Amino acid sequence: MTAVIHASNLTKVFGNSTAVDHISFDVRQGEIFGFLGPNGAGKTTTTRMLTGVIPLDAGTATILGHDIHSEPVLAKQGFGVVPETSNAYTDLTAWQNLMLMGELYGLERTRAEHRSSELLGMVGLLERKDQKVQEYSKGMKQRLILAMALIHEPELLFLDEPTSGLDVQSTQMILSLLRDLNRQGTTIFLTTHNMEEANRLCHRVGIIRGGKMVAIDAPEKLKTAIDRVHKIEVSFDREVSGDALAGLTGVTGANRTGDKWQITTQNKDATIRSLVTFGQQNGAAIVTLNTLAPSLDEAFLRLTQEDKP
Amino acid sequence: MNPAGFFEQVRRAWAIAKKDIRIYYFKGPVLIFGVFMPVFLFLAFFMGSRQLPLSFLISGLVGMTLFFTATAVSPAIFPWEGSAKTLERLASCPITIEAIVLGDMIASILFGIGITVVTVIIGLLLGLSLLHGITLLAAIFLAACCFSAIGMLLAVPPTNVPSNIMMLSSLIKFPLVFISGIFIPLEQMPAWGLALSVCSPLTYFTDLVRYAFTDAHYFPVMIDIAALAVFTVVFTVGTMYLHKRTMPRRM
Repeated sequence: MTAVIHASNLTKVFGNSTAVDHISFDVRQGEIFGFLGPNGAGKTTTTRMLTGVIPLDAGTATILGHDIHSEPVLAKQGFGVVPETSNAYTDLTAWQNLMLMGELYGLERTRAEHRSSELLGMVGLLERKDQKVQEYSKGMKQRLILAMALIHEPELLFLDEPTSGLDVQSTQMILSLLRDLNRQGTTIFLTTHNMEEANRLCHRVGIIRGGKMVAIDAPEKLKTAIDRVHKIEVSFDREVSGDALAGLTGVTGANRTGDKWQITTQNKDATIRSLVTFGQQNGAAIVTLNTLAPSLDEAFLRLTQEDKP
Repeated sequence: MNPAGFFEQVRRAWAIAKKDIRIYYFKGPVLIFGVFMPVFLFLAFFMGSRQLPLSFLISGLVGMTLFFTATAVSPAIFPWEGSAKTLERLASCPITIEAIVLGDMIASILFGIGITVVTVIIGLLLGLSLLHGITLLAAIFLAACCFSAIGMLLAVPPTNVPSNIMMLSSLIKFPLVFISGIFIPLEQMPAWGLALSVCSPLTYFTDLVRYAFTDAHYFPVMIDIAALAVFTVVFTVGTMYLHKRTMPRRM
């Protein structure tokens, strides 16, 4: 799959502190890539480097085939940005903000007008298009910012904490729009603190800690990869022996919790197969079987706290 | 369309200029400041220096008006936008820093010319005759470009606190007015004053305005125009280069 973002040895130094330390990663075409990390890990600095807001101190970043340092205008023409802090012009109306963006992206006036109407309708602001942005709520501002980032139908969208501090209605609207955009082919680079959001939206996530990339993978793989010992919860329609369960291939322990057994194993696949065979051989039907993977929250905490003094 | 092409970037600079005019220039206080400040300075000197002819003072008034209006708002735009985070929005758009600076300059040029035309009309209403209209128009345009570049130069220090820039701006702008032959004719200046005045682009503009209204001038007209043109090019190139260097420090 083509990489729409190719970051190689991306580095940013502020004074004596290395905010981003030689990180490399690719974001593939058509995916939603979540960029996670604790406060001060270097997420926003990385996003700002990738979007050409601040220069790189070392490394290269290629966005949609254009080097952000040597061809910034061509690279920026292909993406839209939704920054963390709302940055529409509050003295202008929503319509004027969108028309300004249209002009800055080189859209013809008629196309800019058509897109502006379409986008304002999509984010539920069409009826308030002639109202100054200073009268908007935070959620409305954020929806407008999203519309501004989409005026030129970008192939790639950068979002930095797009739902931070928003009400449920605005959050749901934005997440639903992101899913729709992704279905239509837009690649999304999403910086977020919200693990649930990343878990539900992202095809892959990258976790940054202390300016270094500590993991990149699909959320499910990341969750399972952090625990070498997995847990499986199983219940049968009749009593079975704990010792028998503990003796199955791959099983390292079996503890009873209510009417279920919690099995610990280092090999989930082999254990599930053993459990099915065990049930068949002992005439015990499996009532429930759940693999208990750690949450992305746990994975995140584990990956971002490892080796901490 | 090549988004990075010269004409496309100029088109986008025009979008910046329109945004500036809407947000920063079409404000009552700014317009009032643009008209009243030079008029009151003029009246102060008119009352205090009755021996100076009206034509001399009106020429100075035109010079001051263009200088103050073209440099009034532009130094504060980057600090304002830096603190409001809208500069970050522009920095992530497909527009070069040079085009952003050009856009800010265009807005300031148009504002400066607009208010200065009002002052010229006041001069004509007070009975002055315009002897060299084309020269005056060319001088106003050239000087507006030059002064707007000065305004943008004042915004180079990468602070997002507008008051810091306005203080620096006043520290530089007011002394320039006093060494540019506006209140004291160049002919009456001491040698050191004259040496300072040749370093100020306002001197050449005021000399051209005086020529346009009275036919009198200190420097040859072509020297005035050439000096203004050189200052314009140097300040414009300088401000674009310096803003490109300091812009990342505002983010």
